[in-house]
Amino acid sequence: MSNLANLQLTKDGELRHFLTPEGLDRLMLERILDTADSFVVVGNQEVKKVPLLRGRTVVNLFFENSTRTRSTFELAAKRLSADVLTLDINTSATSKGESLLDTLQNLRSMHSDMFVIRHSDSGAAHFIASQVTPDVAIINAGDGRHAHPTQAMLDMLTIRRHKGNFEPLTVAIVGDILHSRVARDQIHALKTLGCTDIRLVGPNTLMPYAIESMGVTTHNDMDTGIDGADVVIMLRLQTERMACAFLPSAGEYFRLYGLTTARLAQAKPDAIVMHPGPINRGIEIESAVADGSQSMILNQVGYGIALRMAVMSMAMSGQMQQRQSPIPPNNVTKEPRL
Amino acid sequence: MGATEHPNHPQLADTPALISHLLNQVDHLITDLSLVEPLVIGIHTGGVWLAKTIAEHLSAPLGQLDIAFYRDDFSHNGLHPQVSPSSLPFDINNRHLLLVDDVLMSGRTVRAAMNELFDFGRPASIKLVTLCSVNQRELPIQADACALSLSLKPGQYLQLNGPEPLKLSIIESANHE
Repeated sequence: MSNLANLQLTKDGELRHFLTPEGLDRLMLERILDTADSFVVVGNQEVKKVPLLRGRTVVNLFFENSTRTRSTFELAAKRLSADVLTLDINTSATSKGESLLDTLQNLRSMHSDMFVIRHSDSGAAHFIASQVTPDVAIINAGDGRHAHPTQAMLDMLTIRRHKGNFEPLTVAIVGDILHSRVARDQIHALKTLGCTDIRLVGPNTLMPYAIESMGVTTHNDMDTGIDGADVVIMLRLQTERMACAFLPSAGEYFRLYGLTTARLAQAKPDAIVMHPGPINRGIEIESAVADGSQSMILNQVGYGIALRMAVMSMAMSGQMQQRQSPIPPNNVTKEPRL
Repeated sequence: MGATEHPNHPQLADTPALISHLLNQVDHLITDLSLVEPLVIGIHTGGVWLAKTIAEHLSAPLGQLDIAFYRDDFSHNGLHPQVSPSSLPFDINNRHLLLVDDVLMSGRTVRAAMNELFDFGRPASIKLVTLCSVNQRELPIQADACALSLSLKPGQYLQLNGPEPLKLSIIESANHE
């Protein structure tokens, strides 16, 4: 835990990489959400841009595809006025035999200030932040089955904006917990923010071993799992899992775990429904629910840009302060703003 | 670092009198320049407290700006740890704006606020209203209405405490540049 915190924070406790919510305290997570709240407003301005990262270079390094995450990161960086370079690694020098380390060192020599990294290997972003380019702010945009922290935090932003405090909430996370890179981060973030009733719902074949040790309850039955819930988070069912015999069939899955209007009635009447997207209509969620009044699915996309702007600006801020040390750590908060 | 009742500036002791003087000046400003239905916009935090009083006095709509994303010292000081959302619940295009801050010192806050305002639209005019002006300007920015102008020694700055009651005081800071 403390190692993760140390890697992500400057010696003064400011964010300088964002790899996972694990190890970050409640104050830091709330600061991320507060900052994101302020960026939500920027999306409503006539000019949807602030000059914060003007002159900084952000490189999106996507070693695996993700249209939504990549485009929201790109938009977030552009709305911060950064210069953005998006590298599709499949068509870049690595396919000519250049190693990952050489690619990164080359990008660093171009005075890049931030890498946004998506990689299929768990721990890739941690490795780069700790071993390769510690002086470049690293934002984890999803690594293997391990973490997808900006998705988890944008879910927290959605919950807080629509439900307020986390303490009294019952949150059900439904679906493929085992292969989900976001469920683990959601649990860490929810617990840190004070949520006590976290329920994981799904078949045993898609439930990680001994997950209860994280302080959650598990439910094989959907109706009892979402009974009285304030928030229902549906996870995407990766259809390739069907081939691996984790599930009998998509139809069977929908019958047992698909979120229908009738089933949603088990949750609180004002419960909100979330989904990281892309949604599989008719497999994990019914269209009437996905497009219904309780659905937050499209709100989540907008909040995702604001949340990414928040962690990018905070990490850049931390990196710059680190470079400028020894500036007295407490000067920043005490400096008059006249 | 600490607040003092400065003997050289006795006017500071009576903040309500300064505010009422400022409201008079705002009335004159609006009449003299024939500002039709101005909108009042306060700069977070002290400016918002003051703007609320002015908006109530004029029965005018109130907005607030947090200029954290527009400051010119991000490279040096980083992002301010407490950011609150800007909120302009009206269209500023072609409107007359009263931009309100508690203390005008370097002028950098006002520069940042004007940059932010132009990302919301193109106002007809912006008039600057401040409770107090300190003679340490670093940019060519002056107030259109101001209750008190004074000079401070290096290391001193003014702070408005509030919101209830609003009270101006001089702060001595060894760290302040």
